[in-house]
Amino acid sequence: MSEAILNVTNLTMNFGGIRALDSVNIDIYPGEIVALIGPNGAGKTTFFNCLTGIYTPSSGEIRLRNPETGKETRLNGMKPNRITEKGMARTFQNIRLFANMSVLENVMIGRHCRTHSLIFGAIFRNPATRKEEREIIDTSYKILKKVKLHKQVNEQAKNLSYGAQRRLEIARALATEPFLLLLDEPAAGMNPKETEALVSLIRLICSEGHSILLIEHDMKLVMSLSDRIFVMDYGKKIAQGTPEEVRSNPAVIKAYLGEDVDA
Amino acid sequence: MFPVNELKRSLLVSIWFAFLTFPIMVIKVDPIERIVTWRWDNMFFVAIGSFVLSILVKVYFVRKERRAGSKKAQTALTEPFVHRILREPRFLYPLCLACLAFAILFPHLFSAYQTNIMTTALMYVVLGLGLNIVVGVAGLLDLGYVAFYAVGAYSYALLNMHFGLGFWIVLPIGGLLAAFVGVLLGFPVLRLRGDYLAIVTLGFGEIIRLILENWNDFSQGPSGIANISRPGLFGIDLSFSASINYIYYLVVGLVIFTIFVVNRLQSSRLGRAWLALREDEIACQAMGIDKTRTKLIAFSLGAFWAGLVGVIFAAKTTFVNPASFTFLESAIILSIVVLGGMGSIVGVILGALTLILLPEYLRALAEYRMLAFGGILVVMMIFKPEGLISNVRRSYQFKKLPSSESE
Ligand SMILES: Nc1ncnc2c1ncn2[C@@H]1O[C@H](COP(=O)(O)OP(=O)(O)OP(=O)(O)O)[C@@H](O)[C@H]1O
Ligand SMILES: [Mg+2]
Repeated sequence: MSEAILNVTNLTMNFGGIRALDSVNIDIYPGEIVALIGPNGAGKTTFFNCLTGIYTPSSGEIRLRNPETGKETRLNGMKPNRITEKGMARTFQNIRLFANMSVLENVMIGRHCRTHSLIFGAIFRNPATRKEEREIIDTSYKILKKVKLHKQVNEQAKNLSYGAQRRLEIARALATEPFLLLLDEPAAGMNPKETEALVSLIRLICSEGHSILLIEHDMKLVMSLSDRIFVMDYGKKIAQGTPEEVRSNPAVIKAYLGEDVDA
Repeated sequence: MFPVNELKRSLLVSIWFAFLTFPIMVIKVDPIERIVTWRWDNMFFVAIGSFVLSILVKVYFVRKERRAGSKKAQTALTEPFVHRILREPRFLYPLCLACLAFAILFPHLFSAYQTNIMTTALMYVVLGLGLNIVVGVAGLLDLGYVAFYAVGAYSYALLNMHFGLGFWIVLPIGGLLAAFVGVLLGFPVLRLRGDYLAIVTLGFGEIIRLILENWNDFSQGPSGIANISRPGLFGIDLSFSASINYIYYLVVGLVIFTIFVVNRLQSSRLGRAWLALREDEIACQAMGIDKTRTKLIAFSLGAFWAGLVGVIFAAKTTFVNPASFTFLESAIILSIVVLGGMGSIVGVILGALTLILLPEYLRALAEYRMLAFGGILVVMMIFKPEGLISNVRRSYQFKKLPSSESE
């Protein structure tokens, strides 16, 4: 197997007295779909927030390796926008779209970090700027087509259904051209039909060369989609492996059934 | 339809108002005769007036809520009339031409006094549009905007006094200096949000004024700098009235330039980023937008325009002193943006014209002028909190895309 694109070692995050993450180690390899599961409050979202620079971890190492250039970067202490530029993008558990902007504009914002025009371009609208603007719209539209939102391009984001908003979040993240995509509960609030469409969308995205790390409570989705699964509880990683391995792991069963855990 | 509870509250409001306005409405001190007249009848009027007003406000809100409840689906209707007109090129172009023609003919139709007032009003239009970038578009509450205005004015005054530099050279220098000061201030300050940012910028505005007031060697203190050259026109000396018209046209030109630039900025990659930042900072950062840099650009662009107008102000009055750059000035410019409708260019223009011209023509009200002015602002904010013209943003109306549909 090739080298890991994401390498997290001993990641720890304290909030005052609460240890939300306790020495978590996780590796992700190119082309994988990896799931991160665990009971409520296990620290999954906190883990994402540390990876994407929204929180600064108390200790530990986060390394991201671009699979194409082979360049490795240490992400600790980097600003969120720089991390996105490096090629890791995310969606949010509590949807954070730009509610009053159109669907298309939401995705166009995702193109921001791959484009350059500033004041000069804005005022003079020189050919380069116009070309770039066209590129932004074209790419955004293509991505919207991929997530099947192209019929609602001009709709305001807040008027979309819940499921559509989740897909728009994915589209917006894809617009930043990530090689690793982090999805925080993408199926939450979706009906079975939408979830099914989401599964094939995630497969499609993965087949196009994006590796995926997703948090999800829907076990059916997790089991059918993931190559590997990491299980967290009380900030600790308690298990990892293929879906079959994890399903039969006693520690996981205990954590999910809420019995006393002596692990 | 009015429960006793509401009546009781209105009664309380009226008593409170009567109490509040007691010192100005009831007591009248005659310093010459050294007597105090007690005008109790005024108190009565205030009480009745505020009682009626408070009931009216309540009725209004009850109605509004009912309307909102019944017409939830028809949100599209809220687009203001003006915007619907402006979207139609058929109306837009003649309207713009008419405005332009009126602006050009203005000095010939009205007296020099009127032209002068109009010049001031137009200067505030530019200031409003500049602050609109900061407050209306990027959502950064800046209460010290006047500081940048002062930087522009003093850079012309000082460069003119010490080095004899002319208006046209200093105009860009003043703007750039103000923008530079904007960057200097913005860098440490822009990580603050909302109220905190407002307080720090407020303090900054006062600091600049205090420096100008107290650093005598630099700025000649409170007495200010006089005899600043008027702008030249290819070396021709203009008569007094001609120079009034000249500055007027110059400001009209600046207004047009500003509208053009602000309009283009709003519908650019940068403008989109500003809007998105106002909606959700964390999501923006996660999408790769550099928060600090994007805010800094908005902040210093706003400052740039204040600097330009500052230079023109110094050239117009030929005299600057720190008293022109008090907090009240910042407050007025901010009111222009808020009253006009944050983010809306037309709104800001209308806001500036009303706020600057209204007090001029309210002079009849003498010392109650500012009170009436404040009253109008309060009423305005209660009934139309989104401003005169609410900013319905023109989002990308995406019709057809040849390049991506063809595959
Ligand atoms: N900013 C914060 N300040 C203090 N405590 C926090 C903060 N963010 C998260 N926590 C705590 O960290 C723990 C983990 O929370 P987190 O949101 O990561 O859980 P989660 O695994 O995503 O749960 P869920 O499945 O419900 O989304 C919780 O106990 C939470 O209260
Ligand atoms: Mg979570």
